[in-house]
Amino acid sequence: MNQRNAIISKGADSLLVCLYIILVCIGILSIFATSYKEGDNVVQGFLSFKTDYSKQFYFFIISGILATFVLITDSKFFTATANLSYAVGIFLMLLVFPFHSDIKGTKSIIKLGGFNLQPAEMCKLFVNLALAKYLSRIETDFKKTKSQLIAAAIAIAPAVLSIAQSEMGLALVYFSFFLVMFREGLPAAILVVGFSLGALVVATLVVPLNTLAFVLTVIAAATIYFMRRQIKRRREVLVTIMAIWVVCVSVQRFAVPFAFKHALKSYQVERIYSMLGKDVPEEYVRGNTADEDPAKASKKKEAGDYNVKQSKIAIGSGGLYGKGLLSGTQTRNGFVPEQHTDFIFCTIGEGFGFIGSMVLLGIYFLLIMRIVTIAERQRSVFSRCYAYGVASVIFFHITINICMTIGLAPVIGIPLPFLSYGGTALLTFTMLLFILIRLDADRQMVLR
Amino acid sequence: MSVFNQSRSTIIRLIFLGVFIIIIGQLINLQLFSDKYKQLAMNNALFAKVIYPDRGIIYDRKGKAILNNTIMYDLVVTPSQVKNVDTTALCYLLGIDTTEFKQRMIEAIFKNTRFRPSVFEGLLRSDLYAKLDENIWKFPGFDLVERPVRKYPFNAAAHILGYIGEADSSVIRRYGGFYRMGDYIGRSGLEQSYEEILRGQRGVKYIIKDNKNRLQGSFEKGENDTAAIAGRGLRTSIDIELQQLAEKLMTDKVGAVVAIEPKTGGIIAMVSGPNFNPNDLTGPDKQKNYASLALNVSAPLLNRAIKGQYPAGSTYKPLGALIGLNEGVITQNSGYDCHGVYTVCPHPVKCDEKIAGHAANLRLAIAHSCNSFFSQTLKLTIDNPQYHSARRGLTKWKEYVNAFGLGHRIGVDLPSEDGGNIPDTTAYDKEYRGQWNSCTMVGGGLGIGQDKMSVTPLQMANAICIVANKGYFYTPHFVEKIDGGSTEDTLLNRFSRKHEVLTHISDDAYETVISGMQDVVEIGTARIARIPGIDMCAKTGTAQNRLVVLGKAIDLPNNSMFVCFAPRENPKIVIAVVVQNAGYGSKWAAPIGSLLVEKYLNDTLRAERIKEADVISHSNLMPTYLKRVQYHEDSLRAALWARQTGDSTRWFKYVSPSFRAMQLDTSRRTDNKIPDDKKIFMIKPKTNNTIPQKDSVRH
Repeated sequence: MNQRNAIISKGADSLLVCLYIILVCIGILSIFATSYKEGDNVVQGFLSFKTDYSKQFYFFIISGILATFVLITDSKFFTATANLSYAVGIFLMLLVFPFHSDIKGTKSIIKLGGFNLQPAEMCKLFVNLALAKYLSRIETDFKKTKSQLIAAAIAIAPAVLSIAQSEMGLALVYFSFFLVMFREGLPAAILVVGFSLGALVVATLVVPLNTLAFVLTVIAAATIYFMRRQIKRRREVLVTIMAIWVVCVSVQRFAVPFAFKHALKSYQVERIYSMLGKDVPEEYVRGNTADEDPAKASKKKEAGDYNVKQSKIAIGSGGLYGKGLLSGTQTRNGFVPEQHTDFIFCTIGEGFGFIGSMVLLGIYFLLIMRIVTIAERQRSVFSRCYAYGVASVIFFHITINICMTIGLAPVIGIPLPFLSYGGTALLTFTMLLFILIRLDADRQMVLR
Repeated sequence: MSVFNQSRSTIIRLIFLGVFIIIIGQLINLQLFSDKYKQLAMNNALFAKVIYPDRGIIYDRKGKAILNNTIMYDLVVTPSQVKNVDTTALCYLLGIDTTEFKQRMIEAIFKNTRFRPSVFEGLLRSDLYAKLDENIWKFPGFDLVERPVRKYPFNAAAHILGYIGEADSSVIRRYGGFYRMGDYIGRSGLEQSYEEILRGQRGVKYIIKDNKNRLQGSFEKGENDTAAIAGRGLRTSIDIELQQLAEKLMTDKVGAVVAIEPKTGGIIAMVSGPNFNPNDLTGPDKQKNYASLALNVSAPLLNRAIKGQYPAGSTYKPLGALIGLNEGVITQNSGYDCHGVYTVCPHPVKCDEKIAGHAANLRLAIAHSCNSFFSQTLKLTIDNPQYHSARRGLTKWKEYVNAFGLGHRIGVDLPSEDGGNIPDTTAYDKEYRGQWNSCTMVGGGLGIGQDKMSVTPLQMANAICIVANKGYFYTPHFVEKIDGGSTEDTLLNRFSRKHEVLTHISDDAYETVISGMQDVVEIGTARIARIPGIDMCAKTGTAQNRLVVLGKAIDLPNNSMFVCFAPRENPKIVIAVVVQNAGYGSKWAAPIGSLLVEKYLNDTLRAERIKEADVISHSNLMPTYLKRVQYHEDSLRAALWARQTGDSTRWFKYVSPSFRAMQLDTSRRTDNKIPDDKKIFMIKPKTNNTIPQKDSVRH
């Protein structure tokens, strides 16, 4: 081919590019399957820019162009502009507050002509760059708590802004950067504690209040009994155990009820409970708060239940082999809401069954593992951190999204990477991935 | 640092792997081990549309369709598509007001949602259909949808053919869930007897629907659909022209006519009076018509040909003669010196014929219908010295009569046939505490077909078939053949079996009795029925009857009866006619029977006989007590209605003018001085009515 092409493709990881193209094609096909009606002209449909699949198709072309630009950019450019881009990202997110337009209950979108810009979506990329930049600084000693706190702050700041824009789902994504920090030396204890805290919160919701308190006390007592020798030697162990017990009980006694009563929106409470398969307890039901009247709230609850139920029906009815691309009765006839965006996985699950789902998950797994492998072969800390960031973000999206469709996680509106309909999301993930490919291509040229 | 943290790469990989395994686990659970989701998906997306087959057609003996299917139209509405409809114009066409219109729209939305069509007005009258068809483009969202309906092209044979109605919960239970709410099922007549043949086989079409229940198209290209199989046709022995003539003759009369082809047992015509138009029980006014028929005290829905029990009267006499001859208690030369009354027994039996020698032998006795002769014959049969006791004599007699097909159901292919009654020893034992002899029943009139004997017109016709066939009969039936089927072997077999019940009676005996019956027409009581060129054998009957009407027993005019067969050699038709409370058998029943024989054998009626037929059809012989009973029943119902709803308007017209005047007067007066016994006029509507208001009943 021509000269330019040769330069672009030099050193680029062909497997990642291939997986990327396959995934986007699967995505367009799935969107096509949900919105194509019998008798439509397929070619015209794809070129018209009127249907969803056609729009996604054009987004794919734009992404391709963008990816090409990324690939011809010098890799030092990304390192150099990381902090600046972070600043721009935060600025954009702040800009949302005065200039947002209300679309589907979210306050996170700025309308620019015909294009909906969602800074919270794009900010993932900037945070990843900035975090990698911070962690790769020579003067950063990540063993210090101060550095850890700064790194956490870089990741959490956009999350806080997202919550302020009532985008719970997007905010959660930023927690995926803790995996990067973990790789770079964040004490495992923090992750373990975080995970335990999560488990405790879930347990609080599932197990009756006093039973859980009793179980916690028994566990604490048992631990004290089994560790009595250490306790004899060192008093602090006992204190630590008691402290943990106090924290646990106070979390389940006070913190969780407080959060459910005051911090979370009532529909979020309901979604969490619906995921657990339980009704919302009476003390968390807020009938007449300022912005929610009971009828509306119950309707929202039904909607949340309905989404998960229909999505499970669609996926479950796919069986081993599925019903075929255009033969899914549930996805083709609008039973699953939001099925071209957040619930796109239903189309795969119904149309191609268990085997199709396995293939898709296999592709994703291959992608993530490949990124981790790439991360580990980087010489520069920046590239490695960045690569881990990409892997974590993609992994987090896949997990939350698929778990949501199969009823393992509450309904949180985050897209399935490369598949879900949506321009911003596709562009963001493309940038995320191709910057990594670019950095990887230049891995031999950098020392650190 | 990186060296130190190398192992964490593995941990992160393991975390990724673990989460993916959890997801795969749930996918296995959902997609491979949970069948319920497939079922739920089907419930979600599939609409099983039942395709109703056409019901089978019923043909007469000449191949004319006498029960057919036709298309009527329903006005159907899809509420979500109703936009810019000129409601007033539509209401004007339908003859409803806008409140009613709104009410129906709400009902439609309630029943089938906004997105699915529901019936707005069912079974449109043809003129209304024509008007709507012309203007339907003005009413978007409204549509005219075909609906098959039963049609009786000859407006005849209502009792034979029966009608269909919606299956109710008891029917659904009885058939083990085969029928669903709203399905049609035969409710009487052949429609009910041959339901399994006529209904055909329902088909199912699976249609995909979307989340708003809009139909999207066939599921898997119709692979799982089953086609509806139309019901099979029935070929009957009915002659629809004869049936129509018989119905015309029975207009405004209570009674029945049965015509049977003796060589096959095929029923040619069967009429029960009063009659009704079978088309009244299809189409839009079905409910209304059914109610008025059901509330009519003359019971037009009752098929008197198989359910009316009448004393056989003199029509029994040929049978009595045959029994006597076969038992050897009389011979063809036996006579009885009758002078107008039979005095052998303490209780005398009167005889209408008084000329000396009218019962000089058996032929003459039959021709002149001598009561004394046949009372004597029965007495001799019961007191037959061969059996030593009246008890055994009566039992023997009953055996004969039962063999003639009386006293039990004969198994016609119509539902709910009655068996009639032939008394046996236990019946008399019960009434006379065992103290009875032959005179007990002879005096009561058993010898002349009265006393405790009751028969249905069908049984009488069948008994005459046995006489005409000289000893055998085929079970009377309508259906000769079922179109294209093998099940007819089992279903219709019993109609092709020859029952040689009385072939042991000698041909001489039959010849004598048949000659006597021919003499009835030639020189006897039924000379009026004579048809030139046709050797007809007949017997008239005149049976007395009493009835308890409104608590009082009254004597009613005699039942006019007539049985006949023709021609004498190789008989082609047997007819039994009963006209209730009409007088002598020769007055009304004989001409009716004679006209039918002439019509059937000659295919036409002579000019003077057409006039005769007109005269008969225009004679109103409805018993007068019916009017009184009807009035009584209606007023009781109106009073009940008034008591339950407080709406006394219906009751008002049953109250005498003076009462009414007083009622109006009292309602105008302010001081309420009404005697207690007249307070019923002042019933106020209760707050919780036991009878639902009109709006809420209509569904």
